[in-house]
Amino acid sequence: MITMEHVCKSYRVAKRNAGMKEACKALFRREVEVIRALSDVSFTIQDGEMVGYIGPNGAGKSSTIKILSGILTPESGSCLVDGRIPWKNRTEHVRQIGVVFGQRSQLWWDVPVIDSYELLKDIYSIPGNIYRNNLEELTELLHLQELLKMPTRQLSLGQRMRCEIAASLLHSPRILFLDEPTIGLDAVSKLAVREFILRLNQEHKTTVILTTHDMQDIEALTKRIILIGRGRVLMDGTLEDMRQLATKHGKPEEEKLEQDHMKASGERKTEQDDESLEHIVASLYRELDIV
Amino acid sequence: MIIAERNPMFAKINSGIKLYFHYISIVLRSTMQYKASFFLMVAGRFILSFNGILGVYFMLSRFGQVKGYTFGEVLLCFSIIQMDFALAECIGGGFATFTSIIRQGEFDRILLRPHGAILQLLGSKFRIDRIGLILQAIAMFVYGIAVSPVDWTFGRGMTVILMLVGGTLLFTGFFLLRAAFTFFTIEGIEAVNILTYGAKEHGKYPLDIYGKRMMRICTYILPYTLIQYYPLQYLLGRTQRWYYGLYPFGVAGFLVICYAAWRFGMRHYQSAGS
Repeated sequence: MITMEHVCKSYRVAKRNAGMKEACKALFRREVEVIRALSDVSFTIQDGEMVGYIGPNGAGKSSTIKILSGILTPESGSCLVDGRIPWKNRTEHVRQIGVVFGQRSQLWWDVPVIDSYELLKDIYSIPGNIYRNNLEELTELLHLQELLKMPTRQLSLGQRMRCEIAASLLHSPRILFLDEPTIGLDAVSKLAVREFILRLNQEHKTTVILTTHDMQDIEALTKRIILIGRGRVLMDGTLEDMRQLATKHGKPEEEKLEQDHMKASGERKTEQDDESLEHIVASLYRELDIV
Repeated sequence: MIIAERNPMFAKINSGIKLYFHYISIVLRSTMQYKASFFLMVAGRFILSFNGILGVYFMLSRFGQVKGYTFGEVLLCFSIIQMDFALAECIGGGFATFTSIIRQGEFDRILLRPHGAILQLLGSKFRIDRIGLILQAIAMFVYGIAVSPVDWTFGRGMTVILMLVGGTLLFTGFFLLRAAFTFFTIEGIEAVNILTYGAKEHGKYPLDIYGKRMMRICTYILPYTLIQYYPLQYLLGRTQRWYYGLYPFGVAGFLVICYAAWRFGMRHYQSAGS
């Protein structure tokens, strides 16, 4: 079980204006701005749940994942994952979790994928039989047979992502964090990844926390959505709840000022009853002023 | 009972060592993917590093000696420092390139692994390409020993080994200290390079040629007289104080300070974006 209570995190960011002169000035006197990444974030996630964690860029999604996975230490608030404080018992904690960063690779670029896996076996001290079983299962489900002997640099993005996901699961983690796992993938690869994640969750009861900007990921995978913006949890519920929130927030705006906007959305409603999720989310972000 | 208690610790150390060598083997395999590039790099480093020795040679062929040190003596000192630095860059590559590791977010991945950060850094960034520098340092070291007028005894032999081990650890310590700074500022890191590359540059000559003030700085602030000037005096028979030969052990104290700085920095870690 994962619980986060009143977690706050801010960063100190050096700021300066453009140009050489400013750069030189900054060498001596730096202006530091404090950016609040998370303010008072609380939620609870049960074992075996699959949760979509969404919000615009810079909302605090990655910070949350980094805190939950023990990379970052929050300033205040408490956080427990299966009874562990992630950043305190880091080495014990990370044995039980798997993390996939869609934008970064954890495979060695120049050696065959299987070599990276063998290294992971040593890193996590995975017993031989468990390693073989997991590798066999993952190879079959993610269709890695042909890829294992290829160096990572020669894989396509879709192929690589399948290998990345397998790499994060070799040590049978109880919790899997997926940070934009489908970013940049073609339709076939996306479907393959989604299908696999669903199966993983059903068969192994692995808790999955997924951040994404792809609303179809959310629709296909998660029943529960946590919406975050400007470091706060704005909604915690189902896809249906989110639709309702969107219409609730949409309406007063329409009635008040924006005549054009009202017309536009009014027309759209009559034309197609089921608005595309992308639009709902976009308007929600705008209405909540969290972009 | 005692053995049972110790066992998990042994197992941990064991798996750590195994993992370290697994990292080195994978680094080696990665490097071998680009054979031509690898050999050119090794050859390039090998040739390039003769620059330094030529400098020493020309100066001493002109003046005969520097503050009483002959060419052979300076060469011995120079080759030991060169070797220390080459070994430190090879082993401590993870500390030396830490700025880019932080910038590219690789450090996050390290923190996601159930092992100490230092072990993973040193293993995954083992600089096998520094082999050219090491080969050159070995060649010069052998030559230095041949031409230096050292009256070899067992104690002096041990002192040379201590100078090599202590010096390598000292430079690794400098790199570690610099890595610790990276947690706070990436821009100001150049200043710390004075420690590492500066020390290597002017450590070529026995440190007393730079005068008293420099000696003091290099003893109490950056303790590299411990692995250079003092043991060298003993090596060259310029002092009766045999314990000068043991001074390299003092580096251990410096390493403790570097490690403390690293631990302090780790707690301040702010991961890179996305």
